[in-house]
Amino acid sequence: MAPILDIQHLYKNYGATEILKDINVSIEQGDFLVLVGPSGCGKSTLLNCIAGLEPITGGTLKIGGEDMTHVSPKDRDIAMVFQSYALYPTMSVAKNITFGMKVRGVDQATQERKLAEVARQLQIEPLLKRRPGQLSGGQRQRVAMGRALVRDPKLFLFDEPLSNLDAKLRVEMRTEIKSLHQRLGASMVYVTHDQIEAMTLATKIVVMKGGVIQQIGTPAEIYNKPANLFVADFMGSPAMNLIPAKARANGTGTKLEIAREGGAPIVLTDTRATNLPEDVILGLRPEDISEPGFRSGETVQEAQCQVEIVEPAGADTYVMTTLGGKQITARLHSETEAAPGAAHTFAFDLGKVSYFKPDTGERIL
Amino acid sequence: MTDVSATPAAAAASRSQGAGMKTALRWGLYLILGLFAIYYLMPLFVMLTTSLKSLEEIRTGDLVALPREVTFDAWAKAWSGACTGIQCEGVRPYFWNSVLIAVPGVLISTLLGAVNGYVIAQWRFKGANIIFALMLFGCFIPFQVVLLPMARLLGLMGIAGTIPGLVFVHVIYGLGFTTLFFRNYYVTIPQELVKAAKVDGAGFLRIFWSIFLPLSIPIIVVSVIWQFTQIWNDFLFGVSFSSAGTQPVTVALNNIVNSTTGVKEYNVDMAAAIIAALPTLLVYVVAGKYFIRGLTAGSVKG
Repeated sequence: MAPILDIQHLYKNYGATEILKDINVSIEQGDFLVLVGPSGCGKSTLLNCIAGLEPITGGTLKIGGEDMTHVSPKDRDIAMVFQSYALYPTMSVAKNITFGMKVRGVDQATQERKLAEVARQLQIEPLLKRRPGQLSGGQRQRVAMGRALVRDPKLFLFDEPLSNLDAKLRVEMRTEIKSLHQRLGASMVYVTHDQIEAMTLATKIVVMKGGVIQQIGTPAEIYNKPANLFVADFMGSPAMNLIPAKARANGTGTKLEIAREGGAPIVLTDTRATNLPEDVILGLRPEDISEPGFRSGETVQEAQCQVEIVEPAGADTYVMTTLGGKQITARLHSETEAAPGAAHTFAFDLGKVSYFKPDTGERIL
Repeated sequence: MTDVSATPAAAAASRSQGAGMKTALRWGLYLILGLFAIYYLMPLFVMLTTSLKSLEEIRTGDLVALPREVTFDAWAKAWSGACTGIQCEGVRPYFWNSVLIAVPGVLISTLLGAVNGYVIAQWRFKGANIIFALMLFGCFIPFQVVLLPMARLLGLMGIAGTIPGLVFVHVIYGLGFTTLFFRNYYVTIPQELVKAAKVDGAGFLRIFWSIFLPLSIPIIVVSVIWQFTQIWNDFLFGVSFSSAGTQPVTVALNNIVNSTTGVKEYNVDMAAAIIAALPTLLVYVVAGKYFIRGLTAGSVKG
């Protein structure tokens, strides 16, 4: 079956400024694609291009196997949820939801049936007669989703739909969107700058920066094997530790020497890495630097470091230290004895280590 | 003693002193406002009382005195008997001329202004800013400058000296203002609304009609009041582009006042002036509160 969304060599310019450069993405029916990146990376522009709200400068765009490159938004069989919800202020909730069907000349009976269905699904039945102005942020969000759901389109588009909600509601709605996706089996494209949203929702993530795709992959791939330093730094919270190190071949493996202020360098041995250049940047997730004794295996090695800051976060405690001139975060359990100013033994697990070239930022291994 | 450690008694005393000061200021303010109100209302008072007096009483009485005997003769004469030059039909036919000019003029210029504002604010196209700047510039062109070209244009169009001609002139002249009103109002409406409607399948006119117009009540009121006042009170276009039967009430009023021979009928002049001013007054009284609300709507919209 043809991919539900297929973008080939898409370019988008505003005058002389290139906003999107050679975008190639495709997703299958039922995929949840998340476009993630910092502000100004072009993710919202890309979504608008998919919706047909922005003309494309070059390339092709297919939805459901049909070429939609120059088709107007209303004929693309899509529905979109906006950051500001974009509810029609003078219409009741019910009218907001049925407006699209009314415009398309769907008969009254069908409109009412679908409205009732969606209202039940989103539990907004008591709100149907109200105006958007009388609703809370979360309720508006639900109505905006209802307006999209009622259309039953080939593709759902979400433009940072949760960023106007408070933290608690955001997490609730996130779960709800996820369960909605699982229930409907619908194909979705979702834009966010929040990497946690990206990780939790996506079946496929596109990380963007400066109008260029940095990496496409499943959440696990993006998290465990970031394609470059940008992705490594952007995805994950706290961010991946990126530690400059000197690599030296050592028999079957590699010795990694990490400089340390006021002390001998730490030397770790990676038995699986070979053929590394001399200068590398070592990428280790905070959870891979832990308390000794919690993980075992040949990839785990211990070293003592000076603790600088201790940040209890409830379930975990984050401990900062400096290695190779960079501040490093370790994720320890909440009862850790690490104290600021004191030395503490950390266990470095190189099982999921990433290596990057310091000059280009590319992933080596 | 430092100011932060004042005793409770001293604090209370200074508070009551402050309150006394506040009351005095308040009364002073009301006094000044009252004086201004009297100052502004005085001419209206004189007009109203004079229009209700007989000529005899005006000649012998005091300008600001209340009428000894209230008579509506002057009003009747002003409405249907006063002479504007050789005709003696009062302001009535001219009043209706003004209605026939103002009502279509207001409606057409408001509607076109709404469409213009909608396009300029929400359907950005190349050169939109320049076009808006030019229309804005139109607001500042003095009436006198366009008189001759407009006369020529009306002549070419074959509507010189007619009521449609005057409607046309007022629509053209009002467009700059109405476009400005609507553009500034629509600019505050998020673009996502249009995007959402586009995805919902609505087109240009549908979005305007179903989404923007219902949102526009406050600014429509502003535009209507503004345009109605402008068109109704206009004299220069009215006197320049009308012919004998199509003059608006402002021109007729001038003729009544200036073409009388012999005794000046002040009471009739005053009555005619009030009649000519009534519609604009009425519009303000009915819609004035929406006017202020509409003018400030853009800045406080939630």
